[in-house]
Amino acid sequence: MLEFLEQLTNGLARGGIYALIALGYTMVYGVMKLINFAHGELFALGAYLGYCLLVSSNLIGGLGPVLAIGLTIILVMGLVALAGHLLEKVAYRPLRHSDRLAAVVSALGASIFLQNAIMLTWGAQYRAYGANLLPNLLITVGGLKIPLIRIVVLFSALVVMLGLRMFIHRTRLGLAIRAAAIDQKAAKLMGVDVRQVITVVFILGPALGGLAGLMVGLYYGQITFNLGQLYGLKAFTAAIIGGIGNITGAMVGGMLLGLIETLGAAYISVGWKDAFTFLVLIMILIVRPTGILPERVVEKL
Amino acid sequence: MSDCPTRKWPSLVGTGAAAAAFLAIPLFFKAIGLRSGPYWLDLLNTVGLYTILALSLNVILGHAGMFHMGHAAFFAVGAYTTAILNLNHGWTILATMPAAFLAAGLLAAILAGPIIHLRGDYLLIVTIGIVEITRIALSNNIFGLTGGPNGLVGIARPSLFGFRLSKPQHFFYFIWFMVGVTYVMFYFLENSRFGRALKYIKEDTVAAESMGVNTTAYKLIAFVLGAAWAGVAGAIYASRMRTISPDSFTFEESVLLFTIVILGGSGNQKGVMLGSFMVIGLPEIFRGFQDKRLLVFGAALVLMMIFRPQGLFPPTPARVKLSDAWSNKLVEPATNSESDDG
Repeated sequence: MLEFLEQLTNGLARGGIYALIALGYTMVYGVMKLINFAHGELFALGAYLGYCLLVSSNLIGGLGPVLAIGLTIILVMGLVALAGHLLEKVAYRPLRHSDRLAAVVSALGASIFLQNAIMLTWGAQYRAYGANLLPNLLITVGGLKIPLIRIVVLFSALVVMLGLRMFIHRTRLGLAIRAAAIDQKAAKLMGVDVRQVITVVFILGPALGGLAGLMVGLYYGQITFNLGQLYGLKAFTAAIIGGIGNITGAMVGGMLLGLIETLGAAYISVGWKDAFTFLVLIMILIVRPTGILPERVVEKL
Repeated sequence: MSDCPTRKWPSLVGTGAAAAAFLAIPLFFKAIGLRSGPYWLDLLNTVGLYTILALSLNVILGHAGMFHMGHAAFFAVGAYTTAILNLNHGWTILATMPAAFLAAGLLAAILAGPIIHLRGDYLLIVTIGIVEITRIALSNNIFGLTGGPNGLVGIARPSLFGFRLSKPQHFFYFIWFMVGVTYVMFYFLENSRFGRALKYIKEDTVAAESMGVNTTAYKLIAFVLGAAWAGVAGAIYASRMRTISPDSFTFEESVLLFTIVILGGSGNQKGVMLGSFMVIGLPEIFRGFQDKRLLVFGAALVLMMIFRPQGLFPPTPARVKLSDAWSNKLVEPATNSESDDG
C-alpha cells in the first residue's frame, strides 16, 4: 500500500509536468491547427536555461534556495516565452495561409534546428542539476515519505494550471482564444484579433513548457539535449487523450498519462514504460477519436 | 472513351542514358583508381536504400495523402523478418524477401483497420506511436526472437545464382536494380485506375467518396502496399549491414523519410529520388561541418516550406485532352461553379 501511494504521488508529479507541456500543444493546436513539434525543444530549452542559472551561475549560493528558485522560474519562463515568440515569427507566421503539411514540416525543421542548437551549445552528454542542489527534505505522512520537491512540482503545476484556466475562462483575451480555437474565420468576423491571439498563445504555451523543463531538471536531476523529443511526444499524446484544443482536457490527459506510465512501469514492466503511452493513445483514438473532453468543434470536412 | 488521360511513357532515351551513366559509376571509379571509391559507392548504396523507402512512403504520403510518419516500423519488420528467417531457419536472403514483404504488409493491414479513418494530424501522431512501440518491442526482445537492444548479428549476404554479393559495387547494382524495379512498379501504379483514384482522394476525399470511390479501401491498399515494400527494403538493409538493432529504426528515421518525400515533391517519383540524394547524400558530402549538419538541415526545412512548400519537383497536374466537340460545347454555357472547400 505504501509503495502504491509512493508510485501514485510520483505519477501525479510526472503527470503535472506532462500536463504543463500538453497545454502548450493544445493551445497552439486549438488556434492554428498545427502540431508544434518544436514545443518539446522549447521545453528542453527551459531545462537547460534552468541548468545555466542554477548550476552554472550558482544562483542558490548567492540568493538562497527560495529566492533563487523564484528568480529562476521567472527568468526561464520569460526567456522561453521569448524563444517561442521568435519561433512563431520566423517559422510559422509566413506559413499561416499555406498548406497544413507545409506548416507541419516547418515545425519539424524548427524542432530539428532547436534540438541541435541545444546540443551544440551545451553538449551531447547528460547535464546534472546535482542531487544536493536543493535541501533534500522528506515529508512523512503516516509512514509515507514524500520528497518535498515532488509536492512542490505537483503543487506548482496545479496552481499554474488553475491560473491558466481562470485566464482562459474569465478574461476577454481568454474568450478570444477560445473563440479562435472554435472557428478562426468567425472569430475574426466578430472582431477578434486572431494575430494577437496567436502571439499570446505562443507566449503562454512556451512559458509553461519552459517551467515544465525546469521542473524536470529539479525533479529528475539530469537532462539531455534530446529530452524534448520523448516528453514532447508524450505531452502531445496527453493533449489528444484529453481532447485536443481543450485546456482542461490537456490537464486531465497529462495527469492520466503520468499515472498510467508510472503505475505501468511499477506493476507491469519497466522496459515497456514508453510503449504504454502510445498503446493508450491508439486505444483511445479507436474508441473515442475526439479524446476524453472534446472541444465542441464542428468537424471540417 | 478515347480521351482518357493518356499513359505517358517516360522519355525513354534520356532516362536510359542517365541510368547507363549512373550504372557506370563503379567502373569509372575503378578506371581512375579512386581509393575512396568504396566509400562513395557505399554512400550511393545508402542513398539507394533510402530511395526505395522514400518511394514506398510516397505511395502513402504523396499519392494517398496520408500523413504517415511511422514508416521505419515496417522497414524494421522487414529487416527483422529477414534476419530471423535467415539466422534461425537458414533461409537464403532472396527467399526471405517475399516473407519480409508479407510480414510488413500484414502488420500494416492489421494496424490500418482501426486507424485508416483518422484525419491528418491524428494519423501522424498515431503512426509515430506505432514506430515507437515497434522499437520498444524490438528492444524488449519480443517473442524471444529479436535479440533485445543488441539486435541480431551475422545475417548472411544475398547470393544470386551462386554469386555472393559482398563488396559495395555488388550491392550498388543490387540496390539500384531494386530502385529501378520500385520506380517502374510505382510508375505504373500511379498511372493506373488505382493511382488516379488515390489522386482524387488526396485532392478531395469527400468528392471522391460521393463519386463512388471507395476511399477507405483505396487508402488501405495504398498503406499496406507502401508498408510491404518498406519491408522489402528492410530485407535488403539487413543483408547489407549484416547486423540490425532497434536503434536503426527510430522515430528520427521516419522523420527523415517523411522529409525526403516532402522536400523532393510529394507525389512525384523523380522529385522523391532527388530528395533522397539531397537529404542523405548532401550531408555526407559536407562532412566537414560534422555536427552542424542537422542544424542546417532543420533551418533548410523551415526555409524550404516558406519559399517552396510544394517541394523541389511537385507532380505536374494530370492533363486531360478533351475532344473538339466537348471543348466547343464547353465554351458556350459558362456555368462556372466555383469549388469552395476552404
